[in-house]
Amino acid sequence: MFRIVEAEFTAPEIKRFVIEAPRIARKRRAGQFVIVRLDDKGERIPLTIAGSDPESGTITLIVQGIGKTTKAMNMKEAGDALQDIVGPLGRPSDIKHYGVTVSIGGGVGTAIAYPTAAALKEAGNYVITINGARSREFVILEEEMAAVSDEAYITTDDGSYGFHGLVTDKLQELLDQGRRIDFVLAVGPVPMMKAVADITRPYGIKTMVSLNPIMIDGTGMCGACRVIVGGQVKFACVDGPEFDAHEVDFENLMCRNKAYADEEREALARFLKERRPQPHDSALVVK
Amino acid sequence: MIEKRLTTRERLRIHRHAMPERDPIERRSNFEEVNLGYTPELAIAEAHRCLQCPKPTCEDGCPVNIHIKEFIGRIAEGDFLGAVRKIKEDNILPAVCGRVCPQEIQCEAACVLSKRGEPVAIGHLERFVADYERETGQIEVPAIQPSTGKRIAIVGSGPAGLSCANDLRRWGHEVTVFEALHDLGGVLAYGIPEFRLPKEIVHKELDCLRHMGVKFETDVVIGQTFTVDELLQEEGYDAVFLGVGAGLPWFMGIPGEDLVGVYSANEFLIRVNLMRAYRFPDYDTPMIDLRGKNVAVVGAGNTAMDAARTALRLQAKNTCIIYRRSEEEMPARAEEIKHAKDEGVKFVLLVNPVEFTGDEEGRLKAVKLIRMRLGEPDASGRRRPIPIEGSEFVMELDVAIIAIGSSPNPLIAKTTPDIEVSRKGTIVVDEATMKTSKQGVFAGGDVVSGGATVIRAMGAGRKAARAIHEYVMTDVW
Ligand SMILES: Cc1cc2nc3c(=O)[nH]c(=O)nc-3n(C[C@H](O)[C@H](O)[C@H](O)COP(=O)(O)OP(=O)(O)OC[C@H]3O[C@@H](n4cnc5c(N)ncnc54)[C@H](O)[C@@H]3O)c2cc1C
Ligand code: FES
Repeated sequence: MFRIVEAEFTAPEIKRFVIEAPRIARKRRAGQFVIVRLDDKGERIPLTIAGSDPESGTITLIVQGIGKTTKAMNMKEAGDALQDIVGPLGRPSDIKHYGVTVSIGGGVGTAIAYPTAAALKEAGNYVITINGARSREFVILEEEMAAVSDEAYITTDDGSYGFHGLVTDKLQELLDQGRRIDFVLAVGPVPMMKAVADITRPYGIKTMVSLNPIMIDGTGMCGACRVIVGGQVKFACVDGPEFDAHEVDFENLMCRNKAYADEEREALARFLKERRPQPHDSALVVK
Repeated sequence: MIEKRLTTRERLRIHRHAMPERDPIERRSNFEEVNLGYTPELAIAEAHRCLQCPKPTCEDGCPVNIHIKEFIGRIAEGDFLGAVRKIKEDNILPAVCGRVCPQEIQCEAACVLSKRGEPVAIGHLERFVADYERETGQIEVPAIQPSTGKRIAIVGSGPAGLSCANDLRRWGHEVTVFEALHDLGGVLAYGIPEFRLPKEIVHKELDCLRHMGVKFETDVVIGQTFTVDELLQEEGYDAVFLGVGAGLPWFMGIPGEDLVGVYSANEFLIRVNLMRAYRFPDYDTPMIDLRGKNVAVVGAGNTAMDAARTALRLQAKNTCIIYRRSEEEMPARAEEIKHAKDEGVKFVLLVNPVEFTGDEEGRLKAVKLIRMRLGEPDASGRRRPIPIEGSEFVMELDVAIIAIGSSPNPLIAKTTPDIEVSRKGTIVVDEATMKTSKQGVFAGGDVVSGGATVIRAMGAGRKAARAIHEYVMTDVW
């Protein structure tokens, strides 16, 4: 069992957990993830490690409640425990001195972009971050991102905060201004990552994306997570999760991610119907 | 002794006793174990068929040379516990092996009676005494020798790791088993389905090891959570045994394999066995609803049969095996093929998939197949399948399960470059001691042999245990 030390909502439906997992905390590097199983009947879901503290033996996970498992996880509080956490899994981000880097996080993807941005900063890069959300209340990690950035931008779809527009609009603006960019890492919904790839392709900017296919074991034994990169089949859990954005078949990823859409809807509906009202219900409205 | 009671001629007159099994129609809609096991009367009667040969050739046919003649002799006398004790001298998992060993190409093939077509049912007898011991609550926890103070890390909780752990613990070493998954048993847990190997049996075996003082740590991936070097250095283990199996599934590399509806056998079986997806939404893991669907399994090994029979139990409309050779070359156990047929799995032989096609949502709709003929024998000794040009045809399909084999996961090799691996990805060892190229590290089971059998993995684990014992006690590599 893995004990939760801290748990707090940082935005509607988005909860930050600090969890005791000393072995993972010691080993983990930016870009890696864990597989979590809440209880004996639970499914195994991948969650990127947003941070870790080897001293206190804890890792930080940031979870957006979308389906049954993530919503159930977001009902856990400090003092509760999770049945299984295994990791760190996947390959770490390729951190080096690129020059000018742009880390783009869309929604909860910011939680994944953040540790890599911090590592890029540490490696001596000029770090630009673009942190996108639907509207002001959904912005996460604003201070943390700003602390590791030379330039930090917030974008909101509705213009309620920061730049009015999508993260890609901001990226395009920087490019239109003739800014030199040597490296881009984008993490977020698949259409967003695809859009970023399309923007940087003509400029020949090295662009990486962190993919989120369906996974089970996370160690390369099932192939559920297979993605097509450069025409080749790759297992995202061991060969990734980060891949060259210009080589990824995003259409295929979108199809595969929808494989269990009906089942997921059914499980969620049943879960919400059966569970008793909880103190955090205001934050658990189904959209 | 029993020779006195029956003459050879009398023994020869007794026919082999069939394994009582559930009705095929009834069983194909549930996950209950198919074989019901011998009764004590059937077991004694079957044991009386054994001729008690002066030179028991059956024992040469067993990869771990179980004292078959003696254990069957004890069954004939009604000494069931004595029989199981005899087996356990060489095989710590008789309840498992009695169910899953390919006896027809091992001990039973070497039985002198097999020439007359009806070998003694050695596997059924092995299973019977092991079940008798477990069901009557008489499992003996072996004595543990005084502590040696040596610590050994076993990586992987499949049959290779468990058998290695068992011996080392008995000899007084401190043994910890690290397992990547949340559940223990390796293929016995995630691969072989309930209707063939009830998980209860595996759990009992694990309990016995726990009682002996073997420690188990799940959710630890060696190569990620710890490297092998870290186990030997920071974590202070005196030796490491790698029994990590051959878990990396192969795909065919043909167009359309990435469509939704194409599963590796591993994924399909893990969803059902490990994650209990057949009980969705009670359990959270979903899988494609097979009710009323057309399912094809590519391949004809045990994994393929397990996948096909599982699909039937999930109410698929049609389930077929697609295999590029003929029935004769099918690598699965004879009993599995028979059970699959009885339950209604269709066999589409001498064909090979060339392409999967789907709809605009990326879901599988059909497979294009090509007919094959058999040519000269290849390196495996089986006749090589050759495509017949222009013979392509299309089969409608909702779910395809690829069960064409697997190789070892490269995770450990990648993080431990001083462990030598073959071109096929298997770990290279010294055959006599299971030593790898890295001091203090041993390996055995499917990770060394490539996908093989439970009994061979167990044998390898025990061989390694002896060498590990010698190494940690003498410090001589
Ligand atoms: C579906 C199926 C049906 C089969 N049917 C039969 C049959 O009827 N008869 C028969 O004799 N054989 C059968 N086999 C083959 C048999 O199961 C294997 O040969 C045997 O299990 C190999 O044992 P092992 O201990 O080497 O590996 P495994 O049983 O594969 O166990 C390896 C374990 O190591 C773990 N592991 C892997 N990597 C790591 C890591 N880096 N860190 C920590 N843990 C790790 C895995 O999760 C796994 O639990 C079947 C196999 C399958 C897949
Ligand atoms: S999640 Fe199973 S292979 Fe990647």
